[in-house]
Amino acid sequence: MLVFAERSDTGRKRPHNEDRVGTDPSHGIAVLADGMGGHKGGEIASALAVETVTRELATRLPGIATESPDDEAYAPESLLTRDVVHEANTIVYETARTQPQYEGMGTTLVVALFYDDRLTLAHVGDSRAYRLRGGQLEQLTRDHTLMQELIDRGFYTPEEARASLNRNIVTRALGIEESVNADLQEEIALPGDLYLLCSDGLNDMVDDEAIRLTLDKFGDNLEEAADQLIEEANGNGGQDNVSVVLARVIKPFPCRRSWFRRFVDWFQ
Amino acid sequence: MAKLTLSFNDRIVAEYELDKEQMTIGRKADNDVQIDNLAVSGHHARILTILNDSFLEDQNSTNGTFVNGAPIKKHALQDGDAIMIGKHLLTYSNEAASRGGDNDFERTMVIRPDTKGMPENSGSESVDRSVEALGQQIAAESDRSVEQAAGRARVRVVSGANAGKELELKKALTTLGKPGVQVAAITRRAQGYFLIEIEAKDGGHPSVDGQQVGSEAIRLDNESVIEVAGVRMEFLLS
Repeated sequence: MLVFAERSDTGRKRPHNEDRVGTDPSHGIAVLADGMGGHKGGEIASALAVETVTRELATRLPGIATESPDDEAYAPESLLTRDVVHEANTIVYETARTQPQYEGMGTTLVVALFYDDRLTLAHVGDSRAYRLRGGQLEQLTRDHTLMQELIDRGFYTPEEARASLNRNIVTRALGIEESVNADLQEEIALPGDLYLLCSDGLNDMVDDEAIRLTLDKFGDNLEEAADQLIEEANGNGGQDNVSVVLARVIKPFPCRRSWFRRFVDWFQ
Repeated sequence: MAKLTLSFNDRIVAEYELDKEQMTIGRKADNDVQIDNLAVSGHHARILTILNDSFLEDQNSTNGTFVNGAPIKKHALQDGDAIMIGKHLLTYSNEAASRGGDNDFERTMVIRPDTKGMPENSGSESVDRSVEALGQQIAAESDRSVEQAAGRARVRVVSGANAGKELELKKALTTLGKPGVQVAAITRRAQGYFLIEIEAKDGGHPSVDGQQVGSEAIRLDNESVIEVAGVRMEFLLS
């Protein structure tokens, strides 16, 4: 069983809010997008992406296969998530291609789908997913940014990277090309876990330790925790739109599958 | 544009604009910055420039590269950095960097291996040609799938009755252990494979290289030794 909270705020400096969030608690869906592109393009791109993903997941989840073939790396829910992300890419891309005022628009996207005591994360760009478990905050996604690549190559420490001028360059975005490569990962969801999806307006303004403290302190009340995060980002300057989706696992939510089936027999 | 000033014994010898994605420094004549001195290796160091930032990389030189007195292998250059190569001093200056704040929160831009995808109105005046080659190359590498980025991996049992058995980690998520005793999972992410504790009874926890796994995932390196429910396994990247 899960509870969700979502917030999206224009921040203190930007004229529009190009972020978009969406949740569907009954289907275990949380989605966040940070749009880019002029003439309302950013708003349109993030709205199209979030609406398509939320709607298509909710529509297609009930009919999903119970398991994937043995040689398939991902659960059916992950494959469905990937499909709907591709669909959202096509919709944003085609809109941008056919309507001149939206040319060049795109969006980041991070999706969390909870099912059967697990979750699938899919993401494109620099919107992130974090998990607070046992008081420890862990960033689960890896940014698709030039900066992340430079950190991985050893040129920057994450601290130095915060001071660089090249922070806002993403290497993947939804809707700017005919196809998109979303990172997919599967994680185990345990009771007590608190998941955070956020746009860079949060993690550029508020460091991980401050995020951790806020989630740890206000985590029992997701609405309050979400308000606090937005307030901190704005209090630190609010340079960008800032959005968060929070999901807390209250109780196990096992479904048709038992993990036991997946255990290898070395342990028997 | 950023530039390098070369001096020797407090006298300025030359100035170089960092107008290429890669500038090489060394004793041999084929370097962009040639320093003809025996203390300098043939190909001593190089500077990569992407947009407003430049990165210094020592090329396994004999006598090393120093920035502000400290030896470096890789370093993100900052305005005013003093690079010592042998007895020569290279000073890095970058006006864009010293201007500070303004660019900090400029709008997000996309770079792609194929520039067709680049949004038009995204501050592209700041995109100099250095991004077109090196930036695209990095963008191409950044576009790898999680499977490619993490690589292929397997675990081999090294203790107990099943010693020698191997399991290829084909799934995005693989659970290991004995329900009711101790259960862990290995999850594949873009940064590699991570072990997560799922269930631990009576104070016993899974471990990686002797380190207890708690609520935070532990990244597995090649040949990491995992212990779950009393069974020892080796993690192998191929």
